[in-house]
Amino acid sequence: MKIVVCVKRVPSTDSRIKIAADGTSLDTSSIEWILSPYDEFALETALRIKDAATDTEVVVLCLGPSDATKELRTCLALGADRAIHLEDDGASRHDAQVTSGLLAEAIAAEAPELVLCGKLAADSDQGQVGLLLSYRLGFPCVTEARELTAADGKVTAKRAAGGGTSEIWELPLPALVTITKGEHEPRYASLKGIMAAKKKPIDASDVSAPAETLRVTLMELPAERQAGRIVGEGAEAVGELVRLLREEAKVI
Amino acid sequence: MAFKGLDYYDLDELLSEEDRMVRDMTRDWVSDAVMPIIDEAYENAVFPRHLVPQIGELGLLGANLPEEYGCAGMGPTAYGIICQELERGDSGLRSFVSVQGSLVMWPIFAYGSEEQKRRWLPEMAKGNKIGCFGLTEPDHGSDPGGMITNAKKDGADWILNGAKMWITNGTIADVAVVWAQTEDGIQGFLVEAGTPGFTAPEQKRKYSLRASVTSELVFDDVRVPDSARFPNVKGLKGPLGCLSQARYGIAWGAIGAAMACYDEALQYTLGREQFGKPLAGFQLIQAKLAEMVTEITKAQLICWRLAKLKEAGKIRPQHVSLAKRNNVAMALDIARVARDMLGANGITAEYQCMRHMCNLESVYTYEGTHSIHTLILGQDVTGIAAFE
Repeated sequence: MKIVVCVKRVPSTDSRIKIAADGTSLDTSSIEWILSPYDEFALETALRIKDAATDTEVVVLCLGPSDATKELRTCLALGADRAIHLEDDGASRHDAQVTSGLLAEAIAAEAPELVLCGKLAADSDQGQVGLLLSYRLGFPCVTEARELTAADGKVTAKRAAGGGTSEIWELPLPALVTITKGEHEPRYASLKGIMAAKKKPIDASDVSAPAETLRVTLMELPAERQAGRIVGEGAEAVGELVRLLREEAKVI
Repeated sequence: MAFKGLDYYDLDELLSEEDRMVRDMTRDWVSDAVMPIIDEAYENAVFPRHLVPQIGELGLLGANLPEEYGCAGMGPTAYGIICQELERGDSGLRSFVSVQGSLVMWPIFAYGSEEQKRRWLPEMAKGNKIGCFGLTEPDHGSDPGGMITNAKKDGADWILNGAKMWITNGTIADVAVVWAQTEDGIQGFLVEAGTPGFTAPEQKRKYSLRASVTSELVFDDVRVPDSARFPNVKGLKGPLGCLSQARYGIAWGAIGAAMACYDEALQYTLGREQFGKPLAGFQLIQAKLAEMVTEITKAQLICWRLAKLKEAGKIRPQHVSLAKRNNVAMALDIARVARDMLGANGITAEYQCMRHMCNLESVYTYEGTHSIHTLILGQDVTGIAAFE
């Protein structure tokens, strides 16, 4: 089975975020970059399928700036077989239509049985690309799967549904599944994996993106948190605290 | 907040992509698996043995030995960086990896028979088997050539008698590399745990390296076959060759401990206010931080160059002495100063600097004391040995 995993390079979740002078993008000068955490779960899901069935080929696909080679090399060290890098320094400005269009074209050329995406990218937090991809590819889709197994020409996805229940879905192939955090933590790259990654191919090509129909018009940082206040001390303060939580903060 | 090592001179630029990946992976693993448990392991004087299979799976044991023996085949820089990142966690953990990789796997690789290599290296790389290294004796520390442990030929076998002391991993080891006097000079033997007459009682009541096992090795008429002897080395150069490997890793490791202490002191003094402003805003604190940044950067440059010399096959043991001597003293100073900067909080297990400080007291003494490395350098530049 061939699996394509879509991965994105995003600012580290503990980066100190600053807005650039244009007011519509991030100041990237002091940002550390990482693989989007949900994409890590998606890759781990693919690698577990490969662990169980060694004839599985795992291809990672990234639309992003040329520097994203680092993240792709990490995917290869973790165990992906090869990488496709659609180089586009303006990738972070694309709307989901543009992104999914470029990815769909590359995926169609690979003709995989399974496409995995993180449920959303940790930078934009939109969660649109996976769904739009499934529509463009005409693949059935389950979102936010916590677990995925493959056997006998189909995949079985487990996802959390309302009221603490779990749903089990069976999808015929080809299919697309978006992945959320499940039971399995992403593995670490082993030294052997890092050595092997050097010899694995990254197929890089420049892409020219069509014009976006949507764009971010303004970015804002959250308002500074206000200082806390001590409403009293000991048991006698409880009444006042409850009153303030109910009447002022309106949280209970 | 993820740990970020100090890199004041953009030394990352000098590392290969692969070495940076090794660093990031080891650093992440230490943050996830070591940091949450190490203070308690230290306090309770327990070696976190559950980490050994993970360390093996990551490929950190004997990382610089060839792939044909189940190792990762990495270069000297990667091996050094691994030591640095592990010691950022704890010197005891780095000691485990140094002993397993440099003092047991390396001599098996360099001095052992093909049969010894095939038997031990793949299993040790996985962490399925643990090794220890017996050179130091109760009465022979800096003067290992005076050792009294001896091996006498008895038919096809050898009979070992004597005792070793301060042996990391001793009690938990499956096999000990033991150096003993023979009629042909000092030779090395692989003695398996459970061999009659061989015992390895743990040395307790340490105030340092508490998350690491330290033991005596006692040999009372221990019979081993000739196939347990290293066929390819005789004389003191055997054990000294191992020590050069391990000391190389220690020079790197010390940087990790120093970076941990620097980072802790920086964060602490930025966060704690006295007299109405952060401690970090006071000149005395800034002088200490500036000194730390300078000394760590110098130590990093020493190690980077040392790795290049090792890669090129131009390294001399005296080069390693300079690095071990400088970097461990540097790390110990930084740990002590960090402890001071944290005030009373610095003495508690809530913070790392006192643990590092206590650990580094051992690192300062083991693998060639600071003084012995001073004399090695003195001998090298004058041509006169002060210790003979």
